[in-house]
Amino acid sequence: MRSRVLFVIAASIAAWSGGGAQAAFNVFATVPEWGALVQEIGGDKVRVYTATNPLQDPHHVEARPSLIARARSADLVVATGAELEVGWLPLVLQQAGNGKVQPGAPGYFEATSQVGMLGKPQRLDRAEGDVHPMGDPHIQTDPRNIARVAAALAQRMQQLDPADAAYFKQRYDDFARRWTAALAKWEQQAAPLRGVPVVVQHKAFTYLIAWLGMKEVAALEPKPGIEPTTAHLSEVLALLQREPAKMVLRAAYQGDQASQWLAQRTKINVVVLPFTVGGTEGAKDLFGLYDDTIARLLKGIQ
Amino acid sequence: MHNRMLLASALALALAAPHARAASDKDLDEIRAQIRDLKASYEARIKALEDRLKDAEAKATEAKAEAARLPAPVAAVPVPEPPPPPMASAPPSSPSSSLAAFNPAISAILNGRYANLSQDPSQFRLAGFAPAPGAGPGKRGFSLGESEVAFSANVDHEFSGTLIFSVTPEDTVSVEEAYGIYAGAPAGFTPKLGRFFSGLGYLNEQHAHAWDFTDAPLVYQAFLGNQYQTDGLQLTWVAPTDQFFMLGGEVGSGGMFPGTDRGKNGAGSGVVFARVGGDVGYSNSWLAGVSYLRTAARERPFDWAPSFDGVTGTGGVTGTGGVTGTGTTVPFSFTGTSHVAAADFVWKWSPNGNPHTTNFKLQGEYLWRKESGELALAGDGGGGAPGSYSSRQSGWYLQGVYQFMPQWRVGLRYDRLDSGSVDAGPNAGLFPATSFDPRRSTAMVDWSPSEFSRVRLQFAQAKFAPGLTDNEWFLQYILSIGAHGAHKF
Repeated sequence: MRSRVLFVIAASIAAWSGGGAQAAFNVFATVPEWGALVQEIGGDKVRVYTATNPLQDPHHVEARPSLIARARSADLVVATGAELEVGWLPLVLQQAGNGKVQPGAPGYFEATSQVGMLGKPQRLDRAEGDVHPMGDPHIQTDPRNIARVAAALAQRMQQLDPADAAYFKQRYDDFARRWTAALAKWEQQAAPLRGVPVVVQHKAFTYLIAWLGMKEVAALEPKPGIEPTTAHLSEVLALLQREPAKMVLRAAYQGDQASQWLAQRTKINVVVLPFTVGGTEGAKDLFGLYDDTIARLLKGIQ
Repeated sequence: MHNRMLLASALALALAAPHARAASDKDLDEIRAQIRDLKASYEARIKALEDRLKDAEAKATEAKAEAARLPAPVAAVPVPEPPPPPMASAPPSSPSSSLAAFNPAISAILNGRYANLSQDPSQFRLAGFAPAPGAGPGKRGFSLGESEVAFSANVDHEFSGTLIFSVTPEDTVSVEEAYGIYAGAPAGFTPKLGRFFSGLGYLNEQHAHAWDFTDAPLVYQAFLGNQYQTDGLQLTWVAPTDQFFMLGGEVGSGGMFPGTDRGKNGAGSGVVFARVGGDVGYSNSWLAGVSYLRTAARERPFDWAPSFDGVTGTGGVTGTGGVTGTGTTVPFSFTGTSHVAAADFVWKWSPNGNPHTTNFKLQGEYLWRKESGELALAGDGGGGAPGSYSSRQSGWYLQGVYQFMPQWRVGLRYDRLDSGSVDAGPNAGLFPATSFDPRRSTAMVDWSPSEFSRVRLQFAQAKFAPGLTDNEWFLQYILSIGAHGAHKF
């Protein structure tokens, strides 16, 4: 009797496992921009799971059971790296029982190791807030970084899934061609933004500001990751009276209280940027992300 | 004599000379190697600069082309920036510094509290339950909690290791957890070996500093002595499905409460558990599990206080074999098997998956324990004739914690134990049936300026025994320094 019950359990587990998601090339992307990039290169030969939604703060994600289940059957994990996901990804991978995607294995890909990092803190101390010791991980705000990551990611996907390598290569070449053209267009459109002084809510736009030659005057968070306080906002206000800025930049996932507080007291425009694919209606895909970002910035300086 | 000395010096010279030449050759080789490196690195840098120049030129042409409204040229995407060239002028790193780069991540948890308890904690008993080590509200007044020091790192490409010491305020150090994980295993399996908190229940795997209340639920205190640790091997398996499903099994020494070391080969204890979990939309996620522990004890001692349960025991109580206990407590020892079964669930809500501003967590567990074997008086006369003993008892708790604004949370918890049935055979006179169920209501508020610090105020009203109500106030701090890892769901 007992052995029969065990057999039934084992058989149903086997049937369940077999019916799972093993046919396609499974990719686990930590944030929407890498999910979108994998989709651009992989087309219908990949099955992409994105661990966070566009309006979710990528710093604060729980190591949820659903993430463990998805990491379990992934062939490739695409993460931002530079400790953006340090609060949850190591734990998810450790529990997933999937040797293919552990850090160091070919199935683990970090976007930030493909680009030069900006914003490395001078001083490493938790008293400085939620600092990123390896530099600002929000590299996706500069589209030139997307190109660099795409080149390396396409190679990695070809290496891991040789059967679809030619397909990936062809799709990557096409993407790269369109991206180069779009890049030139964006840079031309964004020319009026050069030298424009801006305030940021969280220090999340280092790469965007560097790319477009804008000037970061202040941040609303007193320290990275610490909620804006009235005392600090008053300081920012005083600073802006001496050194006016054109707009406040806020990522779509962040609360609007602090930026509204400032906007009510100065003539500054609040510009909500998509920050990632899906962050706003216009940012439907990677191209839309920058189309919309630049359109919103240009509106902000009018 | 003179001659011999001359010969010796000549010999020494002869021996030393080739050595000296070898040394100078080595120096030369080193210098050559350095020059080679220098050259290589400069070439790499020049190459990098040339690449960048080409890149910039390409972009300039593109821009021009765009300006002239020509169709965009089919140009290559900007090549990835070449990796920074090796530092040619860097001084050769000393071995000690390069070894330091492999140091494990180190963190420490500082934890302390102030307690105001209306009842004397040394008299703590749960009516109808055999006392467990570590149970009770702890010391009155100021006390240092357990400080934790943790080391963790990847061992190599297959293993990772964790070692967690706990330092008690009494200056004793114990190994709380020390385990290796084989992360390179295929097919969803994760083996873990060493000492670890068992996968029994939900809260058991979490360290005390991650709990939402200052103390453990009463049922954990009564059945597991706060937390069940094991020395052994754990194997978990995650199903390859989109729905989270995990099976786990453990074999252990059985030396930890409610078991004791019995000096036998093979496994002294075993745990099995199953967990299932998932998301409901972006805002809700849940986890539920069932688990079962089987272990055994040989001469597990405990002091029983019959008078506490309403039996007048002053002046000595008599058990099997006519052994008399002194005062109001009787020293017993239990030999037999212990089974614990648990069912748990946790539900977490955070708007759109952002727990930073507001979030809510509902968590509950039910534990059941059956012990059967023999009870012996271990008093003055020592080992009286053992009598049969069996008990079936249970308990549960339910708690909710709500973060209503950034950094601030409030929580409520209700605990209840069911003293169930206890059959002490010949000692039955000392174990009167009690219909009293110990219970406790707890409220807390805590403030966390960052994820590394927390200050908590907690109040509990506990009814441990008939007519005995303890009002407990706790003020607690938890500070974490160093590279502190993430917490489990």
